[in-house]
Amino acid sequence: MKAKAFEAFQSLPMPTRKNENWRFANISSLSLDEYDFTRSEKPTDLQELIEKSDIISQPSGQIIFADNHPVSMEPINDDLKAKGVIWEPLSEALQNHSEILKKYFMSQDPHLGSEKFAALHSSFVSDGYLLYVPKGITIERPFIANHWALSEKTALFPHTLVIAEESSNVTLIDTFNAKSESQKNFICAFNHIFAAANATVTYRSLQNWGTKTLGIHINSIITEKDATVNSLSVNLGCQHLRSENQSVLKGEGSHIEMLSLSVADNDQEIDQRTLQLHQSPHTTSNLLYKNALLKKSKTIFSGLIKVAKEAQKTDAYQTNRNLLLSEEAEANALPGLEIKADDVKCSHGATTGNMDKDQLFYMLARGIKPHKARELLVFGFFEEIILKLSDNELADYMRELIQTKLQSK
Amino acid sequence: MITEPQAINIDQDKGNFQMPEKHAFDAGVGINEGVLDYISDVKNEEQWIRDFRKNALRTFYNKPLPTHWASKDLETINFDKIRYYLASGQTPKRSWDDVPDDIKETFDRLGIPENERKFLAGVEAQFDSEAAYSNIKEAVGKQGVIFMGSTEALMKHPEIFRKWFGKVIPTGDNKFSALNSAAFSGGSFIYIPPGVKVSHPLQAYFRINAENFGQFERTLIIADEGSEVTYMEGCTAPKFDTATLHSAVVELVALKGAKIEYITVQNWSANVFNLVTKRAIAHEEATVKWIDCNIGSRLTMKYPGVILKGRKARGEVLSIALANDGQHQDTGAKMIHAADETTSNIIAKSISVGSGRSTYRGMVHMPKHLKGCKNNTECDALLINSSSRTDTYPSITVRGNKNSVQHEASVSKVSAEQIFYMQQRGLTEGEAMSLSVNGFVNDLTRQFPMEYSVELKRLIDMEMEGSVG
Repeated sequence: MKAKAFEAFQSLPMPTRKNENWRFANISSLSLDEYDFTRSEKPTDLQELIEKSDIISQPSGQIIFADNHPVSMEPINDDLKAKGVIWEPLSEALQNHSEILKKYFMSQDPHLGSEKFAALHSSFVSDGYLLYVPKGITIERPFIANHWALSEKTALFPHTLVIAEESSNVTLIDTFNAKSESQKNFICAFNHIFAAANATVTYRSLQNWGTKTLGIHINSIITEKDATVNSLSVNLGCQHLRSENQSVLKGEGSHIEMLSLSVADNDQEIDQRTLQLHQSPHTTSNLLYKNALLKKSKTIFSGLIKVAKEAQKTDAYQTNRNLLLSEEAEANALPGLEIKADDVKCSHGATTGNMDKDQLFYMLARGIKPHKARELLVFGFFEEIILKLSDNELADYMRELIQTKLQSK
Repeated sequence: MITEPQAINIDQDKGNFQMPEKHAFDAGVGINEGVLDYISDVKNEEQWIRDFRKNALRTFYNKPLPTHWASKDLETINFDKIRYYLASGQTPKRSWDDVPDDIKETFDRLGIPENERKFLAGVEAQFDSEAAYSNIKEAVGKQGVIFMGSTEALMKHPEIFRKWFGKVIPTGDNKFSALNSAAFSGGSFIYIPPGVKVSHPLQAYFRINAENFGQFERTLIIADEGSEVTYMEGCTAPKFDTATLHSAVVELVALKGAKIEYITVQNWSANVFNLVTKRAIAHEEATVKWIDCNIGSRLTMKYPGVILKGRKARGEVLSIALANDGQHQDTGAKMIHAADETTSNIIAKSISVGSGRSTYRGMVHMPKHLKGCKNNTECDALLINSSSRTDTYPSITVRGNKNSVQHEASVSKVSAEQIFYMQQRGLTEGEAMSLSVNGFVNDLTRQFPMEYSVELKRLIDMEMEGSVG
């Protein structure tokens, strides 16, 4: 399978800007010549890394990856194990649960332009994890996976596979970090979530790779009847981030929420493409992407709501807000709609602008220093999304990360 | 309570008649340098125009069809089957009496001379390739306004028109602007001298009468400093078995402080490919307003644009599209901000009926060295039947923190409650539907000149009559 995937990778053309899915994107930085694709030795001396991965108290399970290797594992308790919950690195799951992997692994085709990178991922993926929640099981505490890039120029292929069976309920967190701030890596990460009928999956991801990294993150969600998936991602790292988020509302009455907040600075490029594909009636989706742009950074938001002919009574929203904080930043917004059903409520909105002068004035008038006032306003801008987190630990961790990035300017 | 609305017939009866073809000049089918020479010979054109055409033809050959983003329907156009030039004589007649009877009959049925007698300052009616009739009321002529066909204008007033001809929309802008630059014929060239305010709208009427015919009219309007002008165009064609191509290029130049309002009511028959490039340059404190109504055609691709080149320039696009069975209205707007404090406004409303599809594509561009630029975009879509389709593909690029844009779009259907409410008060279902649709576009049509908003309202009334029941 890997050999076949590599062949596919080689035969597929590199993306060009002529392709609508790559419009405005910086194609030249997609060169992979400099990166190391060989599998490194299992790293040692991981104490610091494990300490830094301690974000959530009492997770239901935790896996720490370093340079593609699972290096630390907090297994699930016996109770969950007895109920049939599976929480394993892919390398183990391949031995123990090959029938599940055969059915689900890379079975959601990319719709947003990254066929070539999907093939690359399939041919090089060496580890990742599988979370399988059987029918009717509700798991209170979140699962967490921490993906670390340790050595310079290594290529990483994180893989997340979540299968939530009927009427189950689970929360999952992925964090992506580099050991040193200005590290250069190539990341090609895939995340696939399957929510069966009436299941609820809550997914959080925090991406903070090194500042010289080329990151490709492909997220894909499928919901069956009456299932709900809430996803939220924070994007801080990478020199060039390509993030694709596709949501397929396959079953009637299902709901997907997609939230994202990004801070771009220096000459960073954050390129986000989204798809809300409504295939069945009474489906709802809500998307809110917020970007703050500093210095010479550039963001691209290209969103598409597609409503199939059958998907009557669809309710779909898509909003992109860009806050330009420097004279040289560039925000591109391509919010799109393709509607084939007539009884729907769909809308999208995109705004790009500077801070509200009145708000700033109000704070200055009350003796708040200009830099502090600006920081508060940016925080206020993001708080709309952070407040949606029910987990306070995680919310504080996100706030801290965002603050660090804002202050480092 | 509400029966499923049926697909409806568009009102093309008014334009759906055909006069016997009788052309003194016919360039045959297909396009090549020989055809261009033929056109140039008939028109007795100068060498530079001949060269311009031939360069454009090479560009046309080299450009691919934009099918990587646009409708694949474009591939069904057979450029070798199209007739590129037909005319019964190249000199526009000055008096209505000199116009041949059969052509007069065509225009009589379309109501043109009547309009002229009533209030229009000048009428240019284009029948296939050449302007059959062209006149400006004496008063406007005395003010120094020039209003004539493309070739005539380029030959008689090169000092005015050559400077801007092909400058707002370069030949290589897209495949169809190149085709137009190669085969252009007819259209209106207008020059408004400084400070002149043309009190009545100038009007042109385009009509395709021959099967397999391509109409490539070329319009260039130059409004000199502080002048004001309103231009209206309407288009129809009888229905033929094979598709017909209309590919116009319209260039507007609004010099300092000038105002141009350009109104289009497009009602081509449902087998016409309407692929039009329209763009304006607005200099300092100038205002350009495009009012664009697309009712007819098989596929319309038209994105009127304004390049806001001077400080405080303003661009506006008001667009209404109605896509009926088998039609695709692919319309939108482009706003290129190139100076400080420029503002733009786009309001697009579309209605999809039956299996009709309407698409909005927009582009708003603000580079980083600018400040105080503002854009507002609103696009609303109304879907009447369950087989109707609507798409929205805006593209917004903003650099720097001194500008602001906002974009909003929504999709809705006529609510059952509204219809029920009106039926309770004695309206028929058709009347109620028509009232709803008129209400949907009302805030736009209010901004149109009166006779156009009335005509549009009637047109919608007629369309909606058949849509329910």
